[in-house]
Parts: sequence; C-alpha cells; structure tokens
Amino acid sequence: MANIIKIINGMPQVIDDNWIVISEVDAATQSPGTHHILPFSYWQKRDVYEVTIKPRALWISPDHDFEASVTQLHELDLIAVDFPSFRDGRGYSIAYLLRSRYGWKGELRAIGDVLRDQLNYMRRCGFDAFAIRSDKNIHDALKSFSRYSVQYQGAVDQPLPLFRRR
Amino acid sequence: MYQYDDYDASLVSERVEEFRDQVARRISGELTKEEFLPLRLQNGLYMQKHAYMLRVAVPYGVLSADQLRMLAHIARTYDRGYGHFTTRQNIQFNWIKLEDTPTILAELATVQMHAIQTSGNCVRNITTEQFAGVANDEVIDPRPLAELLRQWSTLNPEFAFLPRKFKIALSSSAQDRAAVRMHDVGIFLHQNAAGEKVLRVFAGGGLGRTPILSAQIREELPWQHMLSYVEAVLRVYNRYGRRDNKYKARIKILVKALGADVFAKEVEEEWAHLKDGPSTLTEVEYQRVAYFFEESRYNRGAGDEAIFQMQLAANTRFAQWVKRNTRAHKVVGYVSVTLSTKPGAAIPPGDVTAKQMEYVAEWSERFGLGEIRVAHEQNLILPDIAQADLYTLWQLACEAGLGTPNLGLLTDMIVCPGGDYCSLANARSLPIAQAIAERFEDLDFLFDLGDLSLNISGCINACGHHHMGNVGILGVDKDGEEWYQVTLGGAQGNHSALGKVIGPAFRAQEMPDVIERVVTTYCDLRVQDEAFVDTVARVGLAPFKVGIYGQPKAAA
Ligand code: HEM
Ligand code: SF4
Repeated sequence: MANIIKIINGMPQVIDDNWIVISEVDAATQSPGTHHILPFSYWQKRDVYEVTIKPRALWISPDHDFEASVTQLHELDLIAVDFPSFRDGRGYSIAYLLRSRYGWKGELRAIGDVLRDQLNYMRRCGFDAFAIRSDKNIHDALKSFSRYSVQYQGAVDQPLPLFRRR
Repeated sequence: MYQYDDYDASLVSERVEEFRDQVARRISGELTKEEFLPLRLQNGLYMQKHAYMLRVAVPYGVLSADQLRMLAHIARTYDRGYGHFTTRQNIQFNWIKLEDTPTILAELATVQMHAIQTSGNCVRNITTEQFAGVANDEVIDPRPLAELLRQWSTLNPEFAFLPRKFKIALSSSAQDRAAVRMHDVGIFLHQNAAGEKVLRVFAGGGLGRTPILSAQIREELPWQHMLSYVEAVLRVYNRYGRRDNKYKARIKILVKALGADVFAKEVEEEWAHLKDGPSTLTEVEYQRVAYFFEESRYNRGAGDEAIFQMQLAANTRFAQWVKRNTRAHKVVGYVSVTLSTKPGAAIPPGDVTAKQMEYVAEWSERFGLGEIRVAHEQNLILPDIAQADLYTLWQLACEAGLGTPNLGLLTDMIVCPGGDYCSLANARSLPIAQAIAERFEDLDFLFDLGDLSLNISGCINACGHHHMGNVGILGVDKDGEEWYQVTLGGAQGNHSALGKVIGPAFRAQEMPDVIERVVTTYCDLRVQDEAFVDTVARVGLAPFKVGIYGQPKAAA
C-alpha cells in the first residue's frame, strides 16, 4: 500500500493510503472501483460508459475545464489535482479556486510530479494531502512544512496578509 | 529607506536556510540537475559559461551605504573584485562557487538583502525609477507601493511557477524613467482630479523575441486595490498563459492573443471576487511603510551660489558634468548625481569594482543621506547631494573613474554581458561596446551630438534593451559567426517606441564605422538642435539606410 502525506489537525503526517489514481487510458477500459480516483474527463462522459459505481473521487488536470461542473463535484469524497510537471503552476490556482471560491471542504490532494520543495506552497494554496513522487523519500519531504514562520501575503491557509496581523 | 522588522528578517533567514538545504541536496545528488534548476533560479543563481552567476536583488534600486559595502565585500571575497549592475536595477556576480552561495546569502541577510526571485518563472524584482522620492517632477513617492508589492510577491505560494518570468514596474513622475511599458505589468501612480492616489495599470509589455509595449487595462484604480488587482492579473495569466512554447509564454502573448479589452475584462471578472477582500491595502499599513521613506534630514542648505558659479566658470568639465549628470531635486539646494559606470573603452558598462563601491558608500554618507540608487541604465546615483558639495564630490568621482560627464550620451550605453559570460548569447556585446567607445572618445563631439541612447544585446532576449535604444545593436548568429543587426528609432520614456531594423547585419569589425555613419547622417539631417530620435521620427529610415549602406541602385 502506498503512503501519502496528509495534514491532520494542522500536522503533516505520513499515512497509508488505499486510493488508486486511474489514468485517462485505463479509465476507458476499466469500470470504476470504490477506491479509484477517476479522471474528470471520464466522469464528464459518464453516461457513455457503463457506470456501476458512483465515483467517489476525481482528479483534475490543469487542462480540464472543471468550473462549469463545480456544483456536482461537491458530492465527492476527494478531489485530486494533477501536476503534469512540478514546473507547471496551474494547480496552485486551481486549488485556490476550489477552496476559496467554490467552497470545497473535503480532501484536496496533489498528485503527479509532487516534490518536496513545493509542498509548503501547495499547502498554502489549500492542499491537505500530497502524493509525493514515488522515487522520493516521503519522510524527508515532511521537513518542508516547517521551514517558514512568516508569510507576507494572504492565501488559503491564512487569508489575512501579514499587514493585517503585524 | 525601508527597515526590516522581525518578520522581514525571519523570512529572509528562513529562506537562506532552505536554500542551504537545497544546495546540500544538490551536492549529495538527492536533487537532480533538472529539479534543482528552478530552485536555484528562484534564488538568483544561474549557470553561466564559466561559473555560477548570482543575481542579488536591489528592491526598486535602493541601496544603503552598508548594503553597498556588503556588495563590495562579496565582490572581493567570493568573486573577482567587481560586480555588474543590471537593467533590472540588480547586481550580478559572475564568478561564484555553488558551495559559497548559502554563506553569501547569509552575509547578505545581515544587511537586509537577499536574492529571492531575482530569476525564474515568478514575480521578479519590482522596479521603479532611480530618482523615486526625490525627483522634482514626481507626483507621489512610488517606493511605499513598490515595497508593498515586493512583500506581496515574495514567496507568493500561488505564483512561484508561472508560465514565464514576470516583471512589474511602477512610476509616478511626469517623465517615465522606468521603462514602464516594456514590463509585464506597468503601473503609473498619480493623483486624480479629486486628489486621490490612483493607479493606471498596463499589461502585456516585454522585449525579447516579440517586443511589445504594454496596453492599458485600467484607468483609475484606487491604490488600496493594488495587490488584489495584480493578483487578479496573475491568476488569469497563471491559468491561461501558454506553457507549450517558451517563446509564447509571456503575458504579452496572452494579452495580444485575447486583445487588451478581452484580457482586461477577464481580469475585472476575477478581480470582482477579490475586491475589498483581505488583501485590500490599509491606510495604516501604507503609513507604516511610507514612514521609512520620509526624509527630513535635508539641512545642509544650498551653500554660496557665487562660489558655485565660480567653480562652474573655472572648470568646463565640471560644468559639463553638472549639466549632464545632475538632476533637479524636490528640495531646493539639493540635486541628484549620476555616477557614470561608463568611463570609456576599458570598462564594460555596469561593472563596478569593490573599491569603487566602497567609495560610493562613503560619499553617500559624507555628502548625502547614506543612500544610493541603481539606474536601469546601469549607473549609480547619489540621490541627495547639496549643491555646495558638488565640486568636491566631482573631484573624488573623477579620481575613482566615476566622474565621466556622459549621462544620456552615446557612450552611456546599456550593454548586456553577451557572449563573454552568458551561455545564451549569439554574439559578444562587450567588445562591440568597447570598440564603439574607443571610436567616440572625444567628449566634446558627444556633447555636440546630445541625447542619444545606444543599447546592445548579445541575443534576441534583449537583456540590453536594444529595442528601446535610439540606436539598437543585436547580436545574431549566422552560420556560427557573430553578426550585428542595427535598429533605429527606439525610445524609452513617455513616448516609448520600439526600434526598426535598418537592413542586413554587419560584422563586428564594421560596427564602429556603422555607428559613425549613423551619427554623420544624423548630423547632416538635423535641423538646429533637434535630438537624434526626433530626426529619425521626422525623416524615417530611408536617408539613414542610404547613409549607412550607400545609394541604392536605380530600379530601372
Ligand atoms: C547573464 C545571464 C542572463 C541570462 C541567462 C538571461 C536570460 C534572459 C532571457 C532568456 C530573456 C528572455 C525572456 C523572454 O523574453 O521571455 C531575458 C530577457 C531580459 N533580461 Fe536577461 N539574462 C541574463 C542576464 C541579464 C542581464 C545582465 C540583464 C540586465 C543587464 C538582464 C535583463 C533582462 C531584461 C531587461 C530582459 C528583457 C525583459 C523583457 O522582455 O521584459 N538579463 N534574459
Ligand atoms: S541578451 Fe542574450 S546574451 Fe545578453 S545577457 Fe541576455 S540572454 Fe545573455
């Protein structure tokens, strides 16, 4: 079973994880299981497929146009946002929107090219779960959450900028 | 100038420790080259031709005497005794060892300096003009807002991995001296009819492969909304800017593709959600920041006017220097002095030695209020000098090689490091600058030519602002050889313009002759004391082409 980092009561911890991310290709051939994180595109076309189980989790790629369907997303247990490359920063804005504008309260997980040096930024934008790239040491990655005691600007974790707290 | 409190200081030291750890992980191999790349860039560390280059942030170009001394110390201890001031008002060190960088950053932190976001695909150093706060044509001091933008952009979690680099400039003078419209976002701060501080916002400017001057997207934005508005711009850009092609990734391409009106509408829609939210600036915060920029120590007085007139009369070079290199100040009796880093052929523009930095620091304390500015033209400024001290300062500056009276003249060139240092270069720029400086050594001739900007870039990236030079030189590669393309008619300022290519490129050895032909053609064509750009605007390129390439063959 894989590990992820999950923030529980404000504390990032390594925990076991039993969700499986289903790629776009696999989604076309497989029918969803209870612990599958399905591609948003699959779900959009859901009446085309034989859906036996209602999806509980979806992943959004930055290319997916998820905003029109945002009210339906609220029925899910988990939303994951894919980082096709750790240098692609669109996922930060998507997380910000899901949390601040669309009121997503459930688990928001970063998947894909998720590396240690981005974790603090991701957390500040609203992610609370992190599937660290499997070739990296997940326990070392935990250290990145405690580097900073100061944030100038408001974000999801602390909407008030420093100048309102100085 | 702005003083750190505990928050600012902690953030910078926490950043140093984070980078120390990242460097250690790179050295141990835990981080691959590719993974380390954006991390080091966000700390101003480039891998260049010969060595690492470190770009240290000089927020909106303002330095204290102690900071400049620290830069001298870094130059001497970790580099080869000099630093290079850039068009982004920062300083670069060209010969840095990777292992030394955490220590260098820790030393910089002791004087409230850092290298955060001086490179990489994030919001870069905020720039403004070199005379901010002291210019006589300034409406409001832009520095407090520039500092507020600096803080907002520093380690902003949402915008650290943008499609491309992002540059913001702010100006509030009658004359734009900050090249505002060639930035990704440009802000003019001014006072509206009701006496309120408002911002005119431009977006989508930039040089490089596709040079574009920005378009206005907002007429009167109350200053309190600056951060939320810029946030809206960046969110739209972060989500919709192109990432498939590095050359099309800048915001200018998005603004152009959508059209400025549609882009502005997108921004307004995004901003509607943010307006009046927590990032709306408060008067209290503005006053807290502005307090550090208010100066009341102007007490030296103008001195004896008769003596000053005698000094001017007795020494032509001094009089020329005063005329060219000093500028009116908002306080009577004071002037701002530009120390030219371009004394002639021997020194690459923008290069300043550790010893010179120490002199400048000392003069800033002895004659000024302990402050120094960096101009995007790569010169250093002493913003607050009493008229009575000018003569002494001029003598000292001349001894130190910083007293050349060539501000705004042909030899006051903006030049990028080019092929001598930069691994992206197509051609060298420094030897071209040197050869031209040698040809135009006669200062009196240059005075006669008057204002003429010459900018050189070693490749299409345009770090030397060649598009904005009255005369621009661009290094190009043809079959592995270095060639140089000439543009005419570029200008910065209120009437910003992009230069136009005049024709086929030249070889390096031809360049001094080519520039001489440009200048001769201008002298033949100008009426009375018409400035170079005005002549080009009036007559167009055709007569210059003839002057440079010779008479075209008759068509028949
Ligand atoms: C030495 C290593 C340097 C490298 C590798 C480098 C890299 C680049 C690149 C890739 C671009 C094109 C960006 C684009 O259009 O998207 C660029 C533009 C630019 N760089 Fe540099 N640069 C270097 C040094 C400098 C220096 C020394 C300066 C200042 C003197 C500078 C200031 C600028 C400016 C002002 C632009 C154009 C800005 C714009 O398009 O808005 N760079 N640089
Ligand atoms: S213009 Fe080109 S050669 Fe010059 S510094 Fe920039 S990237 Fe290097």
